[in-house]
Amino acid sequence: MTKGKIVGLEGSFAVAEAVRMANTDVIAAYPITPQTHIVERLSEMVADGDLDANFICVESEHSAMSACVGASAAGARVFTCSAGQGLELMHEVLYIPSSMRLPVVAVAANRALSAPLSVWCDHSDVMALRDISWIQMFAENNQQAFDLTTCAYRIAEDKEVLFPTMVHIDGFYLSHVIEDMVLPEEEVVAGFIPDYEHPFVLDPDKPVSMGCYGPPFIYPETKKAQDVAFDNTRPKIQAIWDEFGEIFGRHYVPVESYKMDGARIALLTMGSCSETAMLAVDELREAGVDVGLIRLRLWRPFPFTELREAVKDLDLLVVLDRAISFGMGGPVCSELKSALYNKREDLKIVGFIGGLGGRDIPISDFKYMVTQAQEKVKAIERGEEVETEIIGVREGGGR
Amino acid sequence: MEKEDDLFVPRQVTTEENFAPGHRACIGCGEALAVRYVCKALGKNVIIVTATGCIEIFSSLLPQTSWQVAWIHTLFENVAAVMSGIESAYKVRVRKGKIPDKNVKFVGFGGDGATTDIGLQALSGAMERGHDFLYVCYDNEAYMNTGIQRSSSTPYGAWTTTAPVGKKSSIGQVTWKKNMPEIAVAHNIPYVATACPSYPLDLMAKVKRGAEMDGPAYIHILSVCPTGWRSPTNITIELGRLAVETGVFPLYEVINGEYNLSVDLPDLKPIREYLKKQGRFKHLNDDTIATIQTRVEEEYVKLREKAGVK
Repeated sequence: MTKGKIVGLEGSFAVAEAVRMANTDVIAAYPITPQTHIVERLSEMVADGDLDANFICVESEHSAMSACVGASAAGARVFTCSAGQGLELMHEVLYIPSSMRLPVVAVAANRALSAPLSVWCDHSDVMALRDISWIQMFAENNQQAFDLTTCAYRIAEDKEVLFPTMVHIDGFYLSHVIEDMVLPEEEVVAGFIPDYEHPFVLDPDKPVSMGCYGPPFIYPETKKAQDVAFDNTRPKIQAIWDEFGEIFGRHYVPVESYKMDGARIALLTMGSCSETAMLAVDELREAGVDVGLIRLRLWRPFPFTELREAVKDLDLLVVLDRAISFGMGGPVCSELKSALYNKREDLKIVGFIGGLGGRDIPISDFKYMVTQAQEKVKAIERGEEVETEIIGVREGGGR
Repeated sequence: MEKEDDLFVPRQVTTEENFAPGHRACIGCGEALAVRYVCKALGKNVIIVTATGCIEIFSSLLPQTSWQVAWIHTLFENVAAVMSGIESAYKVRVRKGKIPDKNVKFVGFGGDGATTDIGLQALSGAMERGHDFLYVCYDNEAYMNTGIQRSSSTPYGAWTTTAPVGKKSSIGQVTWKKNMPEIAVAHNIPYVATACPSYPLDLMAKVKRGAEMDGPAYIHILSVCPTGWRSPTNITIELGRLAVETGVFPLYEVINGEYNLSVDLPDLKPIREYLKKQGRFKHLNDDTIATIQTRVEEEYVKLREKAGVK
């Protein structure tokens, strides 16, 4: 197992280091808060000759992803990063690399969506990307930001995968916070990520037509092929994480558990607030509450099996969403209910929404959710309608 | 343009078809003809990116393709950006020794909608960044693929389905055609030209010059569309010639900022000869035709001045 050296790095710089060590060929990106430190650091690396890449400073996120598509189709290893509104502007193009099986690697520094304008973190941007057929995963700290970005190249470019892959890091909480982390030796990372060779590239000597037009007699077949292939990436993702774990000593699974032994209640989180949730679980456990924590590491393809396994002994699952599906509630909570329906009919699921637009979620909020969820279960059992509660919000008139 | 050229044309044009027949373009399509000539001029050592539009629909219906060269289509407005990525990928892979340098040409195709409207930002960005590519706009002066809706490249007075000739507004398109070649020139790129498939040798020579140029090159091709222009399918070539001879669509080149007229016409034919052959202009009265005539003459004088022709 390799050791590497302990360094203090911002999440953005941790991502940039992963992009550099992957010997990325083409970067196309447009600056947007809170992603800017990633593109600035990468620009410095290119300017200093530390990274032999072509950095295309495009004029929009739409063009950023379009340039990534072109570069990937021409056989390059490519990277981009964005956030919030940038991902929304990029949205139309995000479906292209996944449909055309181009292994673009991207990092999203998660950010709220306008209006009102907010540069701060929540998961509204992520939730708009649920159906784009990208492999998507969440980091909780800067070490994971580096590790998962490194793994993203291996996963995306694997011949049995060939899907674009996106790593979500919470804007500011990770992108702008310096933490100590282990930076592995470059040669070891280089050994982990072999040279990229796409089986079909744009090459005048072997001309192919990419992106043909699909009328009704063939479009559904192409989409089913994509869906089946996407579903089949799950074992490969785990295999690559396992290989990473063997080499680097840090192990990743699609659904992570914390203090779940004997737990009857579990909180479920994604992203950086998971570490705060751990502290809340510690305090609740000390107070005698049988509570644990489940974190979704892999968001797409959705880890059905691992989730069902994680909740099998629970009575109550308390879900935190950092986004609103207006008129529907919390999007993650909705998906979990859907994933568990017909499997665990006795399991109560209570959703909360919090941390919108960068509002902090303190330990006390997680403790409140656990307590309040138990009250809501009683209301559910009385047959009452229980609405999704938005926590940490000032209410009422006056000042 | 010389009369004697006619004798030698068959020898000057390759019989190789890089844009194969059997595609589904309408009868008399000037765009398909333009693409065919462009592909003849480019040869095989090329990667082509096209925008969504008629061209993608009639050339690439799965599982068939007319493209005998490396080709990619993704979206409507992002040709220049996709091209930027392909060109950058090629250069960096050559630099890193992953592929040999074979002097591959990178060529983007977009219609007038994809170029002058929805894709203008991406094109402007790619030209400003100086990627080594040729962008070809085939301009049929409206959104023909979706059913003849107006674009910013639709000429004044033309009927379209979104600039209809109504009882209250009876002119059709009420704005003047966006001068896209001038917008390209304003980017200080080394090569800008206009062309028309009615002048095939001129068109192919310009494509070759543009593709050989170091840096961005832009060629704006007028593509007669019988379906959208409401013109007979057997006069596509004649209409293209009339567009040039009336001064509606002058043929010229701008090499490193220097203007040259490809065909100089001291005496323009009356605009009426061009307009009267097209159903999209049939509603125009004498006053409107006179207005168009004045505008065309003014623009032509400006162009001749730029080219230093008195």
